[in-house]
Amino acid sequence: MSVLILGATSRVARELAHRYAEAGLAVAVAARDVDEARRITADLAIRREVPAQAYAFDATDFDSHAPLLDAVEDALGPIEVAVVAFGDMGDQEAAQDDFAAARKVIDVNYTGAASICEALAGRMQPRGRGAIIGISSVAGDRGRQSNYFYGSAKGAFTLYLGGLRNRLHGHGVTVLTVRLGFVDTRMTYGMQTGIPIADPAAISRQIVDAVERGADDIYLPRFWRGIMGVIRVIPEKVFKRLSL
Amino acid sequence: MERWAERELHGWGRHPRLPAEVARPERRRGVEAALADRDGKPFLAHGLGRSYGDAALIDGGRVVLTRRLDKMLGFDPQTGWVRVEAGVTLKALVETFLPRGFWPPVVAGTWFVTVGGAIASDIHGKNHHADGTFCDHVRRVELLTASGEIVTCDAETEPELFWATVGGQGLTGVILAADIKLRPVHNEYFEVESLRVDNLDHFFEVSAESAHFTHTVTWLDSLATGDAMGRGIFMRGRHAAPDAKPTGGTLAKLAAKISPLLDVPVDLPDWVMNSFTMRLFNEGFYHKHPKGVVRGVQHYAPYFFPLDFIRNWNRGYGARGMLQYQLVVPRDPEHRVIRSILEQVSGAGMPSFLTVFKEFGDSTHPWLSFPRPGVTLALDFPNLGPQVDALFDRLDGLVADAGGRVYLTKDARLPRETFRRMYPDWTAWKAVRDRWDPEHVFQSALGQRLGLSGE
Repeated sequence: MSVLILGATSRVARELAHRYAEAGLAVAVAARDVDEARRITADLAIRREVPAQAYAFDATDFDSHAPLLDAVEDALGPIEVAVVAFGDMGDQEAAQDDFAAARKVIDVNYTGAASICEALAGRMQPRGRGAIIGISSVAGDRGRQSNYFYGSAKGAFTLYLGGLRNRLHGHGVTVLTVRLGFVDTRMTYGMQTGIPIADPAAISRQIVDAVERGADDIYLPRFWRGIMGVIRVIPEKVFKRLSL
Repeated sequence: MERWAERELHGWGRHPRLPAEVARPERRRGVEAALADRDGKPFLAHGLGRSYGDAALIDGGRVVLTRRLDKMLGFDPQTGWVRVEAGVTLKALVETFLPRGFWPPVVAGTWFVTVGGAIASDIHGKNHHADGTFCDHVRRVELLTASGEIVTCDAETEPELFWATVGGQGLTGVILAADIKLRPVHNEYFEVESLRVDNLDHFFEVSAESAHFTHTVTWLDSLATGDAMGRGIFMRGRHAAPDAKPTGGTLAKLAAKISPLLDVPVDLPDWVMNSFTMRLFNEGFYHKHPKGVVRGVQHYAPYFFPLDFIRNWNRGYGARGMLQYQLVVPRDPEHRVIRSILEQVSGAGMPSFLTVFKEFGDSTHPWLSFPRPGVTLALDFPNLGPQVDALFDRLDGLVADAGGRVYLTKDARLPRETFRRMYPDWTAWKAVRDRWDPEHVFQSALGQRLGLSGE
């Protein structure tokens, strides 16, 4: 049995890889920077003493997704848990100036994520087991001028995961949506947030717990459910005037 | 592209505090990108900030935090060689490899030290007389140099660059990874003996007869004068035999249990560390030790890293911060130099809270690596301003005249001229450094102060 981490250069994903390796699962790490993926698997193999292998992964090379899963399962056994953690915040201003940049953000965060999830679902559904962890974002809960390409792609991913969960419910496959708030990663580093930033290792433990108890859709850190609850009820008439 | 955040950085002594633009890459490629994006500013790597003074600071420069480069890249259980990224800590090495029968070759008094920092400071420990410094057990250092090229160096390959990097305070480049030879051990225990030493002569007697112990260190009562000068508790030990069982283990276990709860979360008021509390501490541990040799088997944590039990203990010194002074002076038969140094310390009327004393072995490395044969003394004081400055100036003179030197990793105030007397071969070091970094990309506040970086 194996766990597949997609986009392992994110800190939360790397911590999740360690949590599942501690539980004895073999780990496949697929990332765009394959040299870095190799370093991550070397680290997993040394610290956790589990088999670990690195794979090149390009979210927007959709045709490569099914063969990647074949390669992982041939080498490490059936994928029990898949963590879809890749993402690209892009640059909002650049995306407004050049739609090619906007499209890349949409393709990585949504189309690519949906593509790999479909390939995973196609394998897990007939087996009647498995878990897909989709790392989405609170940015997907409401459109804001500062990051609406990223936000809309993550929002679409959140909706997609809801649909996939609906489909796989009753087939023994868990789909967990994780809407991340601020976690101490590359994305939030250096931001003046005024809101506490969570430790990625602690977040990874909460995600593993959520999968075990069969949760569906969670905010992490948990208090983000409250924050987004408030943000969602602000009438659009008011919201559109805010500089967010 | 790495994000630069404006931050005020400081070392473990919390003095000085200097502003810089700081990035925290998650991977090697991010370090390379940050260097390429330095925007003409001086550049420096910063590990866990456990050097005391300004070695890892650069006013107005661009700094990369290496703490997230914390992956282990290779391990050979036959030989104990491990290849790790620079941000891997001594703590991670202990926790990963002790269950497999290995221990880091050299550890500092804290395990919150990165491998990159351990190399840049060429750290030493209680086993210096037996095992040398950290870099005696290092090969294949991967260094990101000023040109952007990653150069692999050690005693065989690019030896000049390697020896300039050993103790080189990060001024030759960014250490990305290194190979370290771990030492095989049987268990997590340490066989320890401790005894009172009554004065300096007694210390040197005990030190000589303890040479067969791999680890020795003495806690000194820095206030004792006259015939009692140099009194303290001499501790010697070695990794325990396979069948060793801990003695007095309950206390150690309790300590490990409560350790996560111990923290100095805010600055204590300045009066907490005053001369009265320090006098209590200094005399207390001498008198509480029974006469004769006390033997025991101890868990490694209280033996090696007693201060790590209290996180942020440096905050005990209050907002003013703390100054450390560690010196080594060559052996002289009548111990005249160390005697006059201790006279200065006890006469200054401000006891050092924790005073550590040890004889170094013969292992030395060229240029900036600190340890030299002789006796080393580490003192720490609250940053009281002129009073401490004056004492340090007097000590500088005694140390330099005796052909000794101070440890740059703990320094925040050594004048350039004195540094040059203490490290007379600094010009040879700088020639190598400048060859690899002709445009003076890598700079630090310490380097600027001592004339190590720059024109």
